[in-house]
Amino acid sequence: MKNIVIPIFVGILFGIGLTISGMTNPSKVIGFLNIFGKWDPSLIFVMGGAILISLPTFLILQKKISYPFFNKEDGFQKISFKNIDSSLLIGSGLFGIGWGMVGFCPGPSIASLSTLNENALIFFVAMSLGMVIKKII
Amino acid sequence: MNIINFTPIESFTGGVFIGLAVAILFLLRGNFAGISGIYYNLITFKKSGFLWRLFFIIGLIIGPIILKLFNYQDLGFEIPHTNILLIIIGGLLVGYGTQLGSGCTSGHGICGIGRLSVRSITATFTFILTGIITVLLLRFLGFINL
Repeated sequence: MKNIVIPIFVGILFGIGLTISGMTNPSKVIGFLNIFGKWDPSLIFVMGGAILISLPTFLILQKKISYPFFNKEDGFQKISFKNIDSSLLIGSGLFGIGWGMVGFCPGPSIASLSTLNENALIFFVAMSLGMVIKKII
Repeated sequence: MNIINFTPIESFTGGVFIGLAVAILFLLRGNFAGISGIYYNLITFKKSGFLWRLFFIIGLIIGPIILKLFNYQDLGFEIPHTNILLIIIGGLLVGYGTQLGSGCTSGHGICGIGRLSVRSITATFTFILTGIITVLLLRFLGFINL
């Protein structure tokens, strides 16, 4: 249950959400970032819809239950309470540059693999490589 | 201001699906659905939790395929340019940057903001800001025509 059924169901739900919302289309993401040109504000509605559910989950529901329903052994994932440091700012800044260059962030890049689009595959390989580079250095 | 291709209903509906995915994974299994972290731990073969990460990523790929099987008319797929160098550098930056900054749009933008984490709110504003500047620059240099 906790290692196959829940994760595959949640992954499917996430992939369907990304597709319905239009976030698997890089043009819509770049359209959102293009606020000084022809602007597509849709991404705000994606985040709004998602946070509308995630916020009460983390701030209210979590406090009412003491452990995750199917995972009493591990409990809720711990959050590292770190300060805002240069890694966070530089990393997020670099991520934003790459995001603006192509219009893909990690979720949509993976969800778009089924399109078998050549450029989407090249982006996916480069993204994976970027993560491995971070692991090595 | 010129507004185009605006799809508030589809985007909000899709957002709610994403929020539900985040909520279900957390309440039933206790994990945050930060995709860059899940995928990173999978491809670097982190021992504990390999199986659930693998099935999450498989689900993420088959979600859109299921919609296609039901002939769902999605909002299209297009990268606004075909410059291979931009695509490769962009991919490297997204991969490296999300790991250095410990999160992406889902981890910081949806899970982190959902917890009202100041770190995640700062990260989200940072990547949106550098994304906006990048798109402005690409338009200025003529790589994209929007």
